[in-house]
Amino acid sequence: MSGRESILGAIRQGLGRGALGTAEKVALEDRIAGHARGIRPSRIDTADLKQMFVDYAAKVDVTVDRVASLDDVPDKVADYLAQENLPAELRVAPDPALDTVPWDKRPTLTVSKGASDGTHEVGLTAAFAGIAETGTLMMKSGPAHPTTLNFLPDTHLVVLHASQIVGSYEDAWDRLRAGEAMPRTVNFITGPSRTGDIEQTIFLGAHGPRRMHIVMVEDD
Amino acid sequence: MQESRTRNFIGNAREALDDGNLQQALDKMKSGFVERRLEARARLPEFDDIRDQAREIKNHTLANLDYYLERFERKVTEEGGQVHWCATPEDARQAILKICRDLDAKTVTKGKSMIGEEIGLNDFFKENGIEPIETDLGEYIIQLRREAPSHIIAPAIHVLKHQVAEAFYETHDQFDPDRPLEEPRALLDEAREVLRQKFIDADVGITGANFLIAETGTSVIVTNEGNGDLTQTIPKAHVVIASLEKVVPTLEDATTISRVLARSATGQEFSVYTTFSTGPRRPEDPDGPEQYHVILLDNGRSKMVGSEYQEMLRCIRCGACLNHCPVYGSIGGHAYGWVYPGPMGSVLTPSLIGVDEAGHLPNASSFCGRCEEVCPMRIPLPKMMRHLREREFDGKTGPATMRTGIKMWAFYAKRPWLYHALAKLKFRVLGAFGRRKGRFRRLPGGAGWTAHRDFPAPQAGGTFQAQWSARGGKRSVDA
Repeated sequence: MSGRESILGAIRQGLGRGALGTAEKVALEDRIAGHARGIRPSRIDTADLKQMFVDYAAKVDVTVDRVASLDDVPDKVADYLAQENLPAELRVAPDPALDTVPWDKRPTLTVSKGASDGTHEVGLTAAFAGIAETGTLMMKSGPAHPTTLNFLPDTHLVVLHASQIVGSYEDAWDRLRAGEAMPRTVNFITGPSRTGDIEQTIFLGAHGPRRMHIVMVEDD
Repeated sequence: MQESRTRNFIGNAREALDDGNLQQALDKMKSGFVERRLEARARLPEFDDIRDQAREIKNHTLANLDYYLERFERKVTEEGGQVHWCATPEDARQAILKICRDLDAKTVTKGKSMIGEEIGLNDFFKENGIEPIETDLGEYIIQLRREAPSHIIAPAIHVLKHQVAEAFYETHDQFDPDRPLEEPRALLDEAREVLRQKFIDADVGITGANFLIAETGTSVIVTNEGNGDLTQTIPKAHVVIASLEKVVPTLEDATTISRVLARSATGQEFSVYTTFSTGPRRPEDPDGPEQYHVILLDNGRSKMVGSEYQEMLRCIRCGACLNHCPVYGSIGGHAYGWVYPGPMGSVLTPSLIGVDEAGHLPNASSFCGRCEEVCPMRIPLPKMMRHLREREFDGKTGPATMRTGIKMWAFYAKRPWLYHALAKLKFRVLGAFGRRKGRFRRLPGGAGWTAHRDFPAPQAGGTFQAQWSARGGKRSVDA
């Protein structure tokens, strides 16, 4: 008997029944297709979601610049890098959503596009959604969104449109399902990498980015 | 399977109490986790209602576990991945080894996984000429120290920073031996630098899973460091090792449970990284693994389904019961002698490695009930520990003195008139000898107590029962 059959057999024996019948299977499939939501934090019902996102992001050491359009992104990025004493070299996701960013407005910025092999100090990606309930970013992998850019560079810059901000994780799942199939990777990211593994003291920059900065484009 | 030292629990515990470094480390732990959880709970008024929902999700899943596991496998296959059903740790090790051999793997990076500990994966890799590299900072530290984790979410919680520095000086001989490593920041940066290259060079990356999702064939990891993500993104193959009770029906179900996970564990609103992985990289993807495997481990869990221990399969490994347990807080995790310490371990370990081996672990409890109170999945841990104590007694495996003691106590407890008469007598005698001083330094037959602290002498007013009756108290019917 294969591992599969013996495991399933033992489970069914424990449950005191055989394999489920058609009616029961249909009921379980209906439950899945219903995507029923659990209780969500009531705080997302009333508040200004944009402000809530910014506030919760701040609690996990994320800084946010709010700008009017993508045209303002190069200035904010260049200023941030200068202020943090970081090199003006960017590895940018090959994302059509970022194609209209006028990088030549700041000629000191060097911009290259693609995934990261670990040699890039600063990465910039576009988010798929911002989730207000905990200040969380949702990233999905794909040709325009290399996952390595979320983790390898020391500094992670993110462009998020205000119209992408939703209240709860469930709202973000609905947006994802409205698009194409499930990507290889969906990252929920809430702040820069951290660890408390040495005597319970929290430090940022464990293995992933040491700092995270969001440029929020207020397109709403 | 990892070798167990649980038979020697009492000796292990005694050693732990005498270990100065360990006691210092445990003192640092105690307040942090508890306070942070309380604060997180206070910030989310819906917290306890979400716990009820989380419990119902797992109960529903367990009642249909066969269906959801098969559905999970079907979706993984559709997405181009492969599920390996492994009844035993040996099945799991062999399945993993075959994947590594097929890729001619030399090094394997690992995210934190309790299943990896359960199946003794690191030793097995070394026996087979493959180098396993733990990448979670805590796991990395204990790997260098050749130790097992002592906590399910904070594996190196028993280690002090000067001990971390010692391990780094000893191992990282590529650096200046006189470099300063007093500061935790310096330790962290050194580990980051060393491990960064390992992530990039690894042939296979292994992670655990906090959830498996039947709807989409997705595995989920919840981490703070980002090591799990680097582990699973860069190498040629991503191997997920998960026990079968991790499955839930939908993304929404995983989301609901995740709302109580970090809050119960570290008191965070949400962990830094919650990552959903579905199959290998797509043809157009610029990065990601080319292979995706899920090692689905049973190791005794299917036998828990339908048993009085089924509720233990709701456990999401948050560690709250460890953090709130007075016994764990006094002796740490190693004394328990196997992979899972604390209250959840006292219930799970006997089911996985046998009552003969670990049946006495449930005695490591004062039955204060805090574990059940804080469990996000509302697992009745004390009730199950009581079941296990009964089984241990029925199985005649406990020490003879303890068995005799329990039998004697039971004899009196079943005869209330005799019990009360004796209690009254004891009260009078102890009172007569000790009331003036208020306490006893030594008592005949009571050395187990008085070796460590004084025994309080009964004060005027009668036994508890007498005082209770005098104040018009009633006993409840079924007590």
